[in-house]
Amino acid sequence: MTETIGATRRSNNTSILGVGALTSVFLFLALLMATYSKDAGMEYQALTFLLLAGVFVIGMALWVGGLVDRDPFDESEYENTLIKFGVAASMFWGIAGLLVGVVIALQLTWPTIFYFPELGWTNFGRLRPLHTSAVIFAFGGNVLLATSFYVVQRTCRTRLAGGMWPWFVFWGYQIFIVLAATGYLMGVTQSKEYAEPEWYVDLWLTLVWVVYLLVFLGTLWKRKEPHIYVANWFFLSFIVTIAMLHIVNNLSIPVSLTGSKSVQVFAGVQDAMTQWWYGHNAVGFFLTTGFLAIMYYFIPKRVNRPVFSYRLSIVHFWSLIFIYIWAGPHHLHYTALPQWAQTLGMTFSVMLWMPSWGGMINGVMTLSGAWDKLRTDPVVRMMVVSLAFYGMSTFEGPLMSVRAVNSLSHYTEWGIGHVHSGALGWVGYISFGALYCLVPWLYKKKGLFSKSLVEWHFWISTIGIIFYMVSMWFAGIMEGLMWRAYNEYGFLEYSFVETVEAKHISYMIRALGGLLYFSGAAIMAYNLIRTALGHGEAENLETTNDPYAQPEPRAAALAPAE
Amino acid sequence: MGLMNNHGVLERHSLLLTIGILVVVSIGGIIQMAPLMYMDNTIEKVDGMRPYTPLELKGRDIYIREGCYVCHSQMVRPLRDEVERYGHYSLAAESMYDHPFQWGSKRTGPDLARVGGKYSAEWQVDHLIDPRALVPESIMPPYAFLMDKKLRYDGIEDRLRTERLVGVPYSDEMIENAKGHILAQADPNDKGFDYYDSLMGLYEAEAGREGTVEARDWDGNPDEITEMDALVAYLQMTGTLVDFSTYEADDLGNRR
Repeated sequence: MTETIGATRRSNNTSILGVGALTSVFLFLALLMATYSKDAGMEYQALTFLLLAGVFVIGMALWVGGLVDRDPFDESEYENTLIKFGVAASMFWGIAGLLVGVVIALQLTWPTIFYFPELGWTNFGRLRPLHTSAVIFAFGGNVLLATSFYVVQRTCRTRLAGGMWPWFVFWGYQIFIVLAATGYLMGVTQSKEYAEPEWYVDLWLTLVWVVYLLVFLGTLWKRKEPHIYVANWFFLSFIVTIAMLHIVNNLSIPVSLTGSKSVQVFAGVQDAMTQWWYGHNAVGFFLTTGFLAIMYYFIPKRVNRPVFSYRLSIVHFWSLIFIYIWAGPHHLHYTALPQWAQTLGMTFSVMLWMPSWGGMINGVMTLSGAWDKLRTDPVVRMMVVSLAFYGMSTFEGPLMSVRAVNSLSHYTEWGIGHVHSGALGWVGYISFGALYCLVPWLYKKKGLFSKSLVEWHFWISTIGIIFYMVSMWFAGIMEGLMWRAYNEYGFLEYSFVETVEAKHISYMIRALGGLLYFSGAAIMAYNLIRTALGHGEAENLETTNDPYAQPEPRAAALAPAE
Repeated sequence: MGLMNNHGVLERHSLLLTIGILVVVSIGGIIQMAPLMYMDNTIEKVDGMRPYTPLELKGRDIYIREGCYVCHSQMVRPLRDEVERYGHYSLAAESMYDHPFQWGSKRTGPDLARVGGKYSAEWQVDHLIDPRALVPESIMPPYAFLMDKKLRYDGIEDRLRTERLVGVPYSDEMIENAKGHILAQADPNDKGFDYYDSLMGLYEAEAGREGTVEARDWDGNPDEITEMDALVAYLQMTGTLVDFSTYEADDLGNRR
């Protein structure tokens, strides 16, 4: 027994040394890039990396020094500290990303107040990528990191693999976020939507992502459950597919190894196809399969019921990931992309409706026998309403992918409304639900600080989403119709700017909706912090000493092991 | 169903599951993307296309840097209202040298695929400095700071070389004289005088027709070459390379 403990500890030391060595190599490269930088963008980015990665390595060294004889990666316990960091990071980036969203919504509404001619970096063109990346990759990404690491441990009944490596994934990912965000503000971008960071940030993310995959697989390899639970299939498909999408879409040649600019390998039609293959599947595999994994764990856990149907899970999983990948060309209807590709994209987008709703049904019906929780538990309600929004936007999506509809909806605010019903309603609410579950579980509390604050959050945000969606439907369909309107003499009825002017009121309602949604998230952050501190209803739970304690084994792949 | 009963194999073997996922998610992408790389009719050849001049390329970089693509598409669809509002629908060949493409996905502002020559350079400069001075209802951000920023182009030769690496036909002569060509296109009567003929000769030969390169002081400040010069030079050439006046829609060759 002592021998195994010794062996474990040695491998843990190796992981600490490995992380230290790998990060140091990149610190050295960053030092070279800062010294010989060809442009200001590269210089600041390299210095930012030096600062952040330097703090990480020094912090790690100090932490190791303070350990004395304690094994930091004790195999008899779950890695919970990392999940707590992930939850905090999710909350922080969520608030930041939503705030930027409110700011850019105000810019479009009152351009004379919210633009500053001397400060080019505050312009909409630089802040919008900041908003999208902050909410998708910083907020969504951290939620996925935290929940995937939480879920894979419980459903495999084993500690996260890799010792220090999961921490490398977490901090490496935060460094990626900061580099991307500060880069956008300085104008360092390759202009591919949702893949704006330049080549060196892409390479860094690739490294972090490969380690993420290995940590996840490593944990699966030492699982004590015979079956891999359904949530993990979804997490795995998210990690694997995002790696593939990220690498192919970012294929580019840097102009100089010490300069920030790179040239994309593909051009024109091929680049457009690659970009929207990526762009649509960033929605499919980042914002859908990852969060479906959350659904498949947190809903059954929270309502204490097994997943509705095992067979539906299998059909849902394989059909969803197979069909999603084809849907990209619906972003390119009526463009110079060959029509055969557009038609394929449309056909598969319409087909995608079925697996999407299959998943929604599997999630909602998991409440069978526990429907009363919709009334009594606002967290359950939030997660089920997220599925309702998921169902709605996965119906709206196929509708908009039909060429005839798309000729009206494309390029308009309808698209913006569509993404936000999915992002705010589905991704946001399922994430909030997971965070509301995680904090009491991680801090071993009986419940949340205040249930009524969850009610407030739910209703304020829901009203916010409805304001957002309806105003954007209105604005989008209106401008689409105005663009194609003809007068009785056969001339175009409206100049472009008249359609801009007509959207002003919609823009005001949208900004208000965004502000409400932001306020809801702020209430959540307050509630979660008070919960972690053990205030209000968040009393301490009496815990057993055996962390793997579990009353009875469950049928494989039907319910989460723990 | 037999297939379902065997799913347990994948649930017990993480590597099989991983490989299964990878295979299933690769199929669609390969079928949609691979043919575009080798099928000739993806991009039909047209006369007039040439690589961007160094000044236009720098202008395009500023267009990308400022995130113009976030609100402006560059893709006119073959729909009656778009063709009447913006001009002839966009051809695949027109973005064949765009690494990356700038088709965009949203029209918070109008399409810019054919904005070149639609307004005067003076109008573009004034509009970029203060959009609401010219279009009171506009919600576009102001870009006055571009007037104060000197254009930096020290690494332009490396840049053109990298473009050539991915297939843009820049010749050795174009690369060697890139700095001179920037001067020639933004200040043809003074600092760039010596390079003017070279710029026009090389790029118009590549385009195969005259009138595809315009050289002048773009931003109304002849003393220095600013980022405004580059951006306006780019805007003023977008969508102008292909000469649609000679296009005959009813030509038998177009009836397919």
